[in-house]
Amino acid sequence: MTTTTLDERFVKPRLRDRLVVRPEIGALLGAVVVFLFFTIVTDKFFSASGAATWLDDAATLGIMAVAVSLLMVGGEFDLSAGVMTASTSLVTAILSTAAGWNVWLALLVSLVFALAVGAFNGWLVMKTGLPSFIVTLGTFLALQGLNLGVTRLVTGTVQVSGMRSTDGYASAGFVFASTVNIGGTPFQISIVWWIGVAAVASWLLVRTRFGNWIFAVGGSAPSSRAVGVPVVRTKILLFMGTALAAWLVGSINILRFATVQANQGIGLEFQYIIAAVIGGCLLTGGFGSAVGAAIGALIFGMARQGIVFAGWDSDWFMLFLGIMLLAAVLVNNAFRRRAERVRR
Amino acid sequence: MSHRLKRGKLRPRGIRAGRAGIGRVSTGRVRAGLVAVAGLLLLSACTGPAAEVKTTAPPSAPVDKGPLKVAVITHGTAGDAFWNVVKNGAEQAGKDLGVQVEYNSDGDPGAQAKLIDNAVAQGIGGLVVSMANPEALQPSIEAAVHAGIPVITINSGEDKSAAFGALTHVGQNESIAGEEAGKKFKDLGKKKLLCVIHEAGNVGQAQRCDGAKTGFGGAVQTLQVDITNPTDAESRIRGAVQTDSSIDAVLTLNSQVAARAVSAIKTAGSKAQVGTFDLNSDVVSAIKAGDVLFAVDQQQYEQGYLPVMFLKLYRDNANVVGGGKPVLTGPDLVDKSTVDKVGQYVQRGTR
Repeated sequence: MTTTTLDERFVKPRLRDRLVVRPEIGALLGAVVVFLFFTIVTDKFFSASGAATWLDDAATLGIMAVAVSLLMVGGEFDLSAGVMTASTSLVTAILSTAAGWNVWLALLVSLVFALAVGAFNGWLVMKTGLPSFIVTLGTFLALQGLNLGVTRLVTGTVQVSGMRSTDGYASAGFVFASTVNIGGTPFQISIVWWIGVAAVASWLLVRTRFGNWIFAVGGSAPSSRAVGVPVVRTKILLFMGTALAAWLVGSINILRFATVQANQGIGLEFQYIIAAVIGGCLLTGGFGSAVGAAIGALIFGMARQGIVFAGWDSDWFMLFLGIMLLAAVLVNNAFRRRAERVRR
Repeated sequence: MSHRLKRGKLRPRGIRAGRAGIGRVSTGRVRAGLVAVAGLLLLSACTGPAAEVKTTAPPSAPVDKGPLKVAVITHGTAGDAFWNVVKNGAEQAGKDLGVQVEYNSDGDPGAQAKLIDNAVAQGIGGLVVSMANPEALQPSIEAAVHAGIPVITINSGEDKSAAFGALTHVGQNESIAGEEAGKKFKDLGKKKLLCVIHEAGNVGQAQRCDGAKTGFGGAVQTLQVDITNPTDAESRIRGAVQTDSSIDAVLTLNSQVAARAVSAIKTAGSKAQVGTFDLNSDVVSAIKAGDVLFAVDQQQYEQGYLPVMFLKLYRDNANVVGGGKPVLTGPDLVDKSTVDKVGQYVQRGTR
């Protein structure tokens, strides 16, 4: 009797309904489907060394996708994110190989460089009111030219190598590029970074005041400004966030592969956005999840490596990848619609 | 009650836009998960990249008989005419010799390294790798060697091949090939050479132009174009020969770019003549027509075919080839005298 008179806000929603409103649930389901598919179709996909391979592929993509998802929830894009991973690698590599600096110092300077570019992106977007799509496209092209030009100027060739013989390589390599041996199979440390970044970003988005600001500025900048949300600061910090992630991925890459090509990272920015969208981020902003983006990257990694495990002719590779991604996004979309029904 | 209040305080104030019921579930479980991960990390041995095991001894051949499975992993982009011939070579060898060949490629060194890790995880019987960026592939290739998988490097990375523990290298020495091309232009009496680079990040192309500089002896200028944008490539070459009318020779490093150079020179009314690396049917007809003087063919079909054969011989008969020296597939200079014979093989995708 009493239950019927209770206000609906006090009624605990059913578990199914509580799950379905989460933005990452579609991605999670997609990940399970992709995982099961390749586990059944191939022999070695579901083995320790197999998992190490696709987790490795998903990890660096995932670190970026998580940062990009926060930015997208905040209503902006960053097209310079892919090239930025190469730029930070190049700064670190040039300073430590050509200038002979300690790797840690070089990493610090490239971090400052990355944060400066991120802040510049954010500042310019807020200052001019131009879409971030245009502003960061400009930064993307500028960085691409800078990468090639500076590399050629300093080294006379198009790649910087020789990181393994620099000061502090061993300790920096231990932090960013070591492998963790679990049951005899080496797993890349980048997987741990990926989980860490996803956890921190998720906490930031769901548990802090800053997280609320992100949802607010992405939902409607004018109304959030009206209620006292620092829109400019929030957005600039978000751009600096993707730059920070790009620095992390750049550092992982340069210390792991010990070499960087001037044209590295071009085109990856779309993969980050795709992973974030698979993970439930709306392209229009105001809705999304960091954990979802991490799972989106996992789907991407599993599909990309799973296709190789399956031994399919590589000519059709992109077609398979495209279909898998579309399927994941469609499943995701269906869930979101259901979620919106539940919420009403 | 107090617990609820505490939770309420922790929850951020302000606007909750666009989300409902997120994030209240199971912080305890998340915490437990984190503790578990941390515990695993503590228990397991961490290995830094500097501490990797290096094997210089030749790897032991895998014991399993049955069909040999070979992974061919290159740095060519999908759809590249040059690498298509390599793929054809590897697949034909697989058919001829009863070897299961899987071809994969990625131009990004990191992604290529992951493809190698993937192949190792699959437990393949032999690995064929092109090393455009040896340093980036080093850990993955050494891991393969360590796992007892015989490795043969192809196309590029000749000087690092043996050090990484590969059985042999099959390819063309880029510097030597560039030098040959430069010498040919010099013999033809050319005075100023334009060397067209079409991939910004490719070391081999830089080596070819440097080699051409050595062989040519005269003035050499390099030009950067983008192979994915043929219009851009053509207009840049046109601009270069228009600006400097003393350029009388153009060396392109790819057959598609050669065709662009020929039409650029025609529209610019320049007297320059084209020589190129790599063959395709356009280049064959251009050589026949006299628009292209010669093509440096590295016979990449062999770079696909031979390693598969070598790996089969290695497994079944413990044969090794080259004695630590690379097996050279080129350069073979194709000009008007040999183009008729070679041309027919270009048509079927094997030259």
